[in-house]
Amino acid sequence: MPRVVVDVMLKPEILDPQGQAVANALPRLGVGDVASVRIGRRIEIEFTGEPDLDRAREIADKLLANPVIEDFTVRVEADETADANS
Amino acid sequence: MTARVGVVTFPGSLDDGDAARAVRIAGAEPVRLWHGDPELHGVDAVVLPGGFSYGDYLRCGAIARFAPVMETLVDAARGGLPVLGICNGFQILCEAHLLPGALTRNQHLHFRNRDQVLRIESVGTAWTNTFQPGQEILIPVKNGEGCYVADTATLDALEAEGRIVARYVGGNPNGSQRDIAAITNAAGNVVGIMPHPEHAVEALTGPSLDGLGFFTSVLKHLVGTPA
Repeated sequence: MPRVVVDVMLKPEILDPQGQAVANALPRLGVGDVASVRIGRRIEIEFTGEPDLDRAREIADKLLANPVIEDFTVRVEADETADANS
Repeated sequence: MTARVGVVTFPGSLDDGDAARAVRIAGAEPVRLWHGDPELHGVDAVVLPGGFSYGDYLRCGAIARFAPVMETLVDAARGGLPVLGICNGFQILCEAHLLPGALTRNQHLHFRNRDQVLRIESVGTAWTNTFQPGQEILIPVKNGEGCYVADTATLDALEAEGRIVARYVGGNPNGSQRDIAAITNAAGNVVGIMPHPEHAVEALTGPSLDGLGFFTSVLKHLVGTPA
């Protein structure tokens, strides 16, 4: 069944201390060419019927993201693609 | 008539017991309210206590905001009911848009638990009217996500309108913008504070009795408010 994927990211101007902590750890793996890391959240929604982007957008705006500090994107993803990647 | 102050318990609330105790020590009658019950049972004011409501899943306060009691409470707060949100309660008030801005992960990523000096900067609110302007108080702070953020325009408006209720003094425990520890809404009836006044109401367990002022303030406010 196709699902709706919501990606939530902190707005660029909001400090992301978790991303910074990860970025600071990378040199310990021998990785020296990463300028920055930012951490967000991916939410997968499966509707009982057809995927409803407008409804997903409403869910994201009201609950999944806090528009004061976060931006979100909403898209439909076919199940086959997800399986192929896993 | 004894004022009745509601204390809401959400699944995951921790400080509801202490908040109710602080209400009683201040001289009011604590009324326990339940997250799943939309009734406010005729209380004169409400405290949203600290803790980890709904496990703090998604974001702190994000799910609590949709609890049945909150729908009633948001309307009542817009109508002037005094509401104090402490720690997780502050996060819930921001998520419910009763207060501007948001509370995010402490900048250093560590949970901070210590006694903290605050400077009270606004004594015009329902919860701070027994303090002196500029008074320094000592109460516990304990949070992992207490870093207050808002856009510059919002911060400037809060400053200009005297809505920054308290700031951290002697070290900012979480990276909060402009050292903000507590803010209020435009009407002054809704206050959110990250540190814990309810833990500083008795000499046996608190670092001071300074927290009691928040609870005696709302009683004074209620006496001055025609029913």
